[in-house]
Amino acid sequence: MTSTAQAAGRSPVRRLAGTLHRRPRLRLSLLLTAPLLWLAVLYLGSLAVLFVSAFWTTNSFTSEVVKVWSTDNFHALFTTPVFRQVILRSIGVALAVTALSAVIAFPVAFYTARIAKPKWRPLLVVAILTPLWASYLVKVYAWRLILSQGGFADWMLKPFGLSGPGFGLFATIIALTYLWLPYMILPIHTALEQLPANLLDASADLGARAGRTFRSVVVPMVLPSVAAGSVFTFSLSLGDYITVQIVGGKTQLIGNLVYSNIELNLPMAAALGTVPVVVIVLYLLAMRRTGALSSL
Amino acid sequence: MRLNRTLQAPHSSLVSGARLVAAVAVLLAATACGSSDSGSSSATGLNPPDLKAQSKLGKTEGQVNLVAWAGYVEDGSNDPKVDWVGDFEKQTGCQVNSKVAASSDEMVKLMKTGQYDAVSASGDASLRLIASGDAAPVNTSLVPNYKDVFSGLKNGAWNSVDGKMYGIPHGRGANLLMYNTQKVTPAPTSWSAVFDDASKYKGHVTAYDSPIYIADAALYLKATKPELKIKDPYALDQKQFDAAVALLKKQSANVGEYWSDYLKEISAFKSGDSVVGTTWQVIANLAQDEGAKVKALVPKEGSTGWSDTWMISAKAKHPNCAYKWMDWIISPKVNAQVAEYFGEAPANSKACAETSDKSFCDTFHAADETYWKNIAFWNTPIEQCLDGRTDVKCVPYAKWVQAWTEIKG
Repeated sequence: MTSTAQAAGRSPVRRLAGTLHRRPRLRLSLLLTAPLLWLAVLYLGSLAVLFVSAFWTTNSFTSEVVKVWSTDNFHALFTTPVFRQVILRSIGVALAVTALSAVIAFPVAFYTARIAKPKWRPLLVVAILTPLWASYLVKVYAWRLILSQGGFADWMLKPFGLSGPGFGLFATIIALTYLWLPYMILPIHTALEQLPANLLDASADLGARAGRTFRSVVVPMVLPSVAAGSVFTFSLSLGDYITVQIVGGKTQLIGNLVYSNIELNLPMAAALGTVPVVVIVLYLLAMRRTGALSSL
Repeated sequence: MRLNRTLQAPHSSLVSGARLVAAVAVLLAATACGSSDSGSSSATGLNPPDLKAQSKLGKTEGQVNLVAWAGYVEDGSNDPKVDWVGDFEKQTGCQVNSKVAASSDEMVKLMKTGQYDAVSASGDASLRLIASGDAAPVNTSLVPNYKDVFSGLKNGAWNSVDGKMYGIPHGRGANLLMYNTQKVTPAPTSWSAVFDDASKYKGHVTAYDSPIYIADAALYLKATKPELKIKDPYALDQKQFDAAVALLKKQSANVGEYWSDYLKEISAFKSGDSVVGTTWQVIANLAQDEGAKVKALVPKEGSTGWSDTWMISAKAKHPNCAYKWMDWIISPKVNAQVAEYFGEAPANSKACAETSDKSFCDTFHAADETYWKNIAFWNTPIEQCLDGRTDVKCVPYAKWVQAWTEIKG
């Protein structure tokens, strides 16, 4: 009774398992179909639609999209001074945020990974992650209060005869650095934690002082992680358009231009939207050379 | 316009939606007609498709689909005490389905889908809907409360064509000049405080963040540069437009930030980050309530303003319920309720007796027609000059949008 049931139940499953075992290609394609569909259709597909619609135009009165092929939008992108200026400004902000994050993150990560007592380390990592749990808007509005006229920044700098930076480009860079800093600290922390202690000892044995050890041993080993963190800080900054509305004063970044065009001139918005995509692809290609992508 | 509108902006979806080829065709025909017969029939230069208004009301259809600004169609789901939809549904049997739109452009897009019966359009959307044939003329005799609407709101350039009303006025507001009474002395009486004299408050001037703000500069130039011969701030030929843009670029050097979010403006005036700039009455009131030392006024050049109109779709599936709604929303009690909730001057003259704050209509100048004489209500700039000129082409709104990006830099 049981043996016949087992035989009946087993044989198709077994046969299937056998087939899959004998044909690794079939196995692989079955495994990959779903994620590849997701990637190709939803992700790359929507990017392709974005890119294609950038070649359309709009009816100037109704803002209806007119599906007539034209390169006017890309032409405008490169020839209109304000677009060029905003694109360069956005890339500048993303680079500045990345650099500032790296400079701040390194000592913090060094402390949490190597100096703090081991039992405190997990707690410190949690503390670094905590701000990520708070709402993005709350954090940015907090920065608005800090940087406003007579706010915390003004109050802190007053004894030195200075005043806060006020709203503007600099405020945007500071607020974005605050927002994305944990994404930079974490990879560096991990890299420093995995740094074998005996390498540092060896360096010291060979007569290197702290500075030399740092330059010749620590930095080369941690650099890919910095690059990995920078992928986050760079791409998140490049795409942001809300922080700059709140603390940026009248500053415009690419995201703001996309937003202001989205209703009335969708093709222009699409053309503007391809800029960050291209910039980030170039950035990723550059970072790949450092081996950053394998340490993500 | 607009309190919650900008708050919702970050969430507004990137509507792509199905576009109606038919609508485009109608519109192209309309604009083509408009430009070929050079303004012979219409003083506004706008020749909408010839649509007929409904002649009588039939049986209600059981439901109505509305597109509205946040705060215009409240059924108690945001605040149980704020509900003027429930009684409407009980009395008429029309179930209300409302969709909040975040901008005029979104409203136009939603109306083009043909799924909605009525919309609370502002002046920067209404003409587009009329010209494209998406909005039908309204038979005002089917709206009993219309007779009590302030005369200044009837037959406006933004809600009618050739004396034919394309909607029922809902309410209005002016764009005021607000200043910090401690930091801005002497008290300003002219828009020059934010234009020619703006450098006195470098970094602390504010302005409304929308292309329609170009009209504010044009209004100022109309008074100060008569040689430009600006008649209507929404009908600017290339030369007049360039002058307004140049003025705004100069102003931009002194602007601390542009505002589109009312909470942001209140906080900026409270802290002193902004000391002078445009505002709405309701923002000035809220800022004063929160302790900001501010005053707001209509400067001597007059001012721009906005007026919202309930328009009915030419493709409405529930026109009878839509007519019932238009009558309901401007009935004295409901109009008073919505005006107080939103912070605008009501359209119905009898609404002033129904407000819970008895000085409300005075504060918002609801019945003061001389006050509104100086207000140029938002309108949609189109190629045919709205002031009736036929020898030049005016700069259409799409160009205003581009120029606004360049002004901000």
